[in-house]
Amino acid sequence: MNQQRSLAALEQDPAVGQHEDVMVLNMGPSHPAMHGTVRMVLTLDGEIVVKCDPEIGYLHRGFAKQCEVATWTQVFPYTDRLNYVSPILNNLGYAHAVEQMLELELPARCNYVRTVMGEVSRICDHFTAIGAGALELGAMSAFLYAIEARDLIWDLVEEVTGARLTISYARIGGLKYDLTDDFEERWASIEPRLYETLKIVDQLATKNRVFMDRMEGTGAISAEDAISYGFTGPCLRSAGVAYDIRKDAPYFAYGEVDFEVPVGTKGDNYDRYLVRMAEVEQSIRIIRQCLRNMPDGAIMVDDPHVALPEKDVVYNSIEGMINHFKIIFEGIQVPAGEIYSATEAGNGELGFYIVSNGTGQPWRLRVRPPCFYMMGGIDRMLEGAMIADIIPTFDTINMIGGEIDR
Amino acid sequence: MSKKALKLVTKKFKKSIIDTHDRFGNHTAIVDKAAIRDICLFCRDDEKLKFDLMADLTAVDYLQREPRFEVVYNLYSIELKHRLRLRAPIAEGDETIDTVCDIWRAANWAEREVWDMYGIKFEGHPDLRRILMYEEFEGHPLRKDYPIQQSQPRMDLLRAERDAVEEYKTYFVGRGRTADSK
Repeated sequence: MNQQRSLAALEQDPAVGQHEDVMVLNMGPSHPAMHGTVRMVLTLDGEIVVKCDPEIGYLHRGFAKQCEVATWTQVFPYTDRLNYVSPILNNLGYAHAVEQMLELELPARCNYVRTVMGEVSRICDHFTAIGAGALELGAMSAFLYAIEARDLIWDLVEEVTGARLTISYARIGGLKYDLTDDFEERWASIEPRLYETLKIVDQLATKNRVFMDRMEGTGAISAEDAISYGFTGPCLRSAGVAYDIRKDAPYFAYGEVDFEVPVGTKGDNYDRYLVRMAEVEQSIRIIRQCLRNMPDGAIMVDDPHVALPEKDVVYNSIEGMINHFKIIFEGIQVPAGEIYSATEAGNGELGFYIVSNGTGQPWRLRVRPPCFYMMGGIDRMLEGAMIADIIPTFDTINMIGGEIDR
Repeated sequence: MSKKALKLVTKKFKKSIIDTHDRFGNHTAIVDKAAIRDICLFCRDDEKLKFDLMADLTAVDYLQREPRFEVVYNLYSIELKHRLRLRAPIAEGDETIDTVCDIWRAANWAEREVWDMYGIKFEGHPDLRRILMYEEFEGHPLRKDYPIQQSQPRMDLLRAERDAVEEYKTYFVGRGRTADSK
């Protein structure tokens, strides 16, 4: 199963150094480049990585176990904390899964707003990944510009949802709040700055000699291996496989907007970086189209089994009070069965495998974390690499501690 | 999901299919765990199935039911764009199943996690050790009989830590109350 070159093969290779022993080095969980706390146990032959054994789990908080004692709606704050740089995408992925079990039909406006906010979150995720990647290689200015862009987005998200990062914006059957009345003006005021920032990062990094030397050719993986290792998202697309759930099985409003899916060729770090840069542009394109075609209407499905009633109904009628009470205390009653529902999160296929036993609490809630499988393949990507290549490879995978450890 | 894929699998492995359903449009086959490797190879290699992406491998603990556990494989075909789910029931007391990590390399880490969380052993796995929990963790946390508030035994200190604690006690304890002084 292990595909790295054996010690014997390395010793035969004249390009490998004159060392005869291997050294085991610990790139510990507390390391500036190991964002998200991951420990890599490296077996080194000089500077070359013979084997890289990542140890994860430092941020394991028992998401699955906790969800088994929470009601269906109480799971939303936990999903925020999965991929915490794009929390809306996690919320929406989970809501979509449960709504499929309830066989709910959402109002059109809800789908469009979900698409807009999801893409806003995706831009955040990609800016963070690009910025942090550049920072690790020493391009600190690129990082600061990316963070400025991210902060502008967070201000916008705060106006709509009330929080910058852990927002619990989605609800089963809809959303918590509608877009603000001036959302379009606010978006129109930050969009040029987002484009500018993208251009600045591009000018600083993309054709920079040092950046290219460190990113090009390192951490490469073939399309076949990537699929076998379970890669999805930008990492798989950079290897040349055009798999994007938004195109292959459209949900929300993705079937009604035009966008492209950038695909790389070599599956190395440079391609992953370029794919993310291009995806930011496509996300902005999707948002613009959705805002232009935004339908009017409700943002919550009109079903008393699922949607909390309006407060004046709750306080002034016994039916409203009982409805509210039952949904909050007993939880939404989801029919028994199982479902696997996948959406395209920032890192790839975010799958939710949910087993319900017909009550108001999930029986089993499994999150398929996209970066878990990418970390599983990091040993393959770092075959024959040097220590310095670990940094860009680990960065471009965009491993988020909250997602991989849950 | 794919009705056609489910039909092909059930036709080829008639004896090993315990049940099928397509609730919520997710086509699922509940299969005998002894045949799982053959079925998975067929799913991956057959021209009409081509399930090259193992989207997820996980387990469920149905506490009061016999067989208690189930290992669930969610498969996807990138080319043919269809999904299939395989479920292999596992009885309590005989918690083993064959590995599929040479069929899809993604299964390597996924099976380690199932071992870690449920205690289901995968025969033939090259490196079956805990992945999210630390080595010395006792028990398998996602099992339904593992209480959510369960605490773990304190671990023995490593030698270097023990020396540091001794040193601290010699020089600093007795000069004031500390959190763990009686």
